[in-house]
Amino acid sequence: MIKLTPPITDEEIKQLHVGDKVSITGTIYTARDQAHIRLLKEKNPKFDLKGSVIFYVGPTPNKPNQAVGASGPTSSYRMDTMAPELMARGVKLMIGKGDRSEAFREAMIEHNACYLIATGGAGALLSSRIKKSKVIMYEDLGPEAIRELTVEDFPCFVAYDVHGKNIFKGDANG
Amino acid sequence: MREIDASQITDVIRETVIEINYHLDQSLFQLIQQAKDKEHSEVASSILDDILENAKIADTNQAPLCQDTGVVVVFLEIGQDVHINGNLTDAINQGVKDGYEKGYLRKSMVNHPFNRQNTGDNTPAIIHTKLVSDDKIKLKIAAKGGGSENMSVVKMLTPADGIEGVKQLVLDTVFNAGGKPCPPIIVGLGLGGNFEKSALLAKEALLRELDDSNPDPTLKQLEQDLLKEINALGVGPMGVGGETTCLAVKVNAHAMHIASLPVAINIQCHSSRHKEVII
Repeated sequence: MIKLTPPITDEEIKQLHVGDKVSITGTIYTARDQAHIRLLKEKNPKFDLKGSVIFYVGPTPNKPNQAVGASGPTSSYRMDTMAPELMARGVKLMIGKGDRSEAFREAMIEHNACYLIATGGAGALLSSRIKKSKVIMYEDLGPEAIRELTVEDFPCFVAYDVHGKNIFKGDANG
Repeated sequence: MREIDASQITDVIRETVIEINYHLDQSLFQLIQQAKDKEHSEVASSILDDILENAKIADTNQAPLCQDTGVVVVFLEIGQDVHINGNLTDAINQGVKDGYEKGYLRKSMVNHPFNRQNTGDNTPAIIHTKLVSDDKIKLKIAAKGGGSENMSVVKMLTPADGIEGVKQLVLDTVFNAGGKPCPPIIVGLGLGGNFEKSALLAKEALLRELDDSNPDPTLKQLEQDLLKEINALGVGPMGVGGETTCLAVKVNAHAMHIASLPVAINIQCHSSRHKEVII
């Protein structure tokens, strides 16, 4: 188990290998389809992209006693064409589910970033590791708004690493 | 003639959509547990642990299993000796609206293929109706997620393609979908009928009990063979590799035209949410 606390450094990225279990504690940000489209045009986002962690998610509405509703990852491939520019601006970790394009994977290696997956459909489990949630941008997008999340022991697996391995090609199982 | 008030249907839909989104079916939980005990891949096993822990947390906290709380699909069997007081379609949609609000479920329906404006209350439900010869109403209610639905396929094979053609299409579909439909999956396979009938057969196959099998010996064998062959593909939970790709294959069939072999493959994620209620 590798424990990470954002902001993430270049050195930390190099130490991640496909199949590693990663536990994140600290501040991460949500962004999915529409938020990506807007972020690309944004000159001054309300959070520092350098070393940041982006989680692809659109939660359910939270109950009164919850920081956030069910929060499982959404399919990452829809963000493939937009993610490279955000990595160029400093994003280091992306958390989602499923395989992505070869063009994304090459850009990720070039920018020394890393793609993690969280267990798809584990919305209740992942929600229980989110302690605080605040919408910081694009409130009009509802579940697609950008939220700042404070997470504790948020569980992920390394899916693509900068050493060229890919979990979806069976690289986690020897 | 038995009188049933439409408000009874609203009540059933409202409570059922919340229940199925919060509580994973016990037999499904056990099937995932058994798969986990047999899984050799460490990462795969760890993901199956997450899925099981997720079900326990959702159950305890009365919270949705997944953030995609689905589109509501209702298969209705209405006895011809029943009279419904009120509008049936409105009653179902009212139940969906109330349940998704009360249960803090995500509203995932948009109104138009291109404008894509959210309808705001997860309506309309997708409703299929059959008339039967009794005085009851049977409702099979499902909340179907988008990720697995997007990996589903309808294809018109030729009679000469036969059972081998059907198997190859299923294996190709599951392999190409990889981790996207959130495996371990359940496969609903509709064979025969015509273009639209095959899709309905596949969807209804997903609503069968997990431990049953098709009464036809050839189709029962097909269910068992496909389960083994899919799990030999090595896709694994969430596509990370491993032996647990599929939990069950359900085949439903219907008579068809001499020229056709319609095949529909409806894929269901591990969070299979459905329930049958009889009024």
